[in-house]
Amino acid sequence: MTDPFLVAGTPLSSRLFIGTAGYPNQQVLLDCLEASGAEVVTVSIRRISLEGYAESLVDVLGGRCRLLPNTAGCATVRDAVLTAELAREALDTQWVKLELIGDRETLYPDVEQLVRAADELVRSGFTVLPYCNEDPVTCQKLADVGCAAVMPLGSLIGSGMGIANPAAIELICSRSPVPVVLDAGIGTASDATLAMELGCEAVLVNTAIARSHDPRRMAAAMRAAVEGGRLARLAGRIPKRLFAEPSSPQLGLVGS
Amino acid sequence: MTRLRINGVEEEVDVTTVSELLAARGVDPAAKFLAVALNGAVVRRVEWRSTPLGPGDDVEIVRPFSGG
Repeated sequence: MTDPFLVAGTPLSSRLFIGTAGYPNQQVLLDCLEASGAEVVTVSIRRISLEGYAESLVDVLGGRCRLLPNTAGCATVRDAVLTAELAREALDTQWVKLELIGDRETLYPDVEQLVRAADELVRSGFTVLPYCNEDPVTCQKLADVGCAAVMPLGSLIGSGMGIANPAAIELICSRSPVPVVLDAGIGTASDATLAMELGCEAVLVNTAIARSHDPRRMAAAMRAAVEGGRLARLAGRIPKRLFAEPSSPQLGLVGS
Repeated sequence: MTRLRINGVEEEVDVTTVSELLAARGVDPAAKFLAVALNGAVVRRVEWRSTPLGPGDDVEIVRPFSGG
């Protein structure tokens, strides 16, 4: 059974995106990447240490995945756009996961600035995947300015709280003209499965794997969870009902 | 000596171009995955040798790191 997944016309081999932060060490990260089967892998762009050039994460990741640079931590359109432009130069990719943070404590997006930055970056030729609120109107605005996907949050970044508002995510998925990639909040495998069952095209997981007691095993779990959720979505769940319906035949019951 | 702002820190340096600045700071200009911005605009790698630096210039030197 073929189930192609495209972002901006590019076929992707996995519906699981992986973040690279917070792993116990680089080897665990590489093992998790392998176990997850992920193709799209996020990185940040940061000032170099002027103490000297050490081996970069990217040197190690090499050609094994598609790097998706983010603008994590940026709080203004200007900083986010410059970070995206630096990422394009450093990594030779047009793709950017746009983050524009409005509040340091919750890391909630600043929607007004996010839409403006997305618009500006799309006009400059970027393939923009914005981290955004779980709000259908915001997601529609981002699609309208030309974003290649939308990445609504399940719950707060790094919180592991899962999908706080499944109804909103389902609504976004049912109306979005571009792929919905659930970003942030995934705590365990069932959260990733739920995201896919609700209609998300993909999920991004970082902390739930990196900070797990056994990251390699959790990476494998996330892979299975995303595949299971996608299959269930395609198969279609049965309607919920309030009362029991016997699954065994009613005819020929002993004693009747 | 030229007074520059390098990755947010004011410094006096004896360089005249972006390439010279990188070399002076022990950063191999041939290293992959580097990017430089001057006063808020990216300077393409091919322009590092020819882009002059003057007093008060604001330089950002970045590379990819882990991130989510």
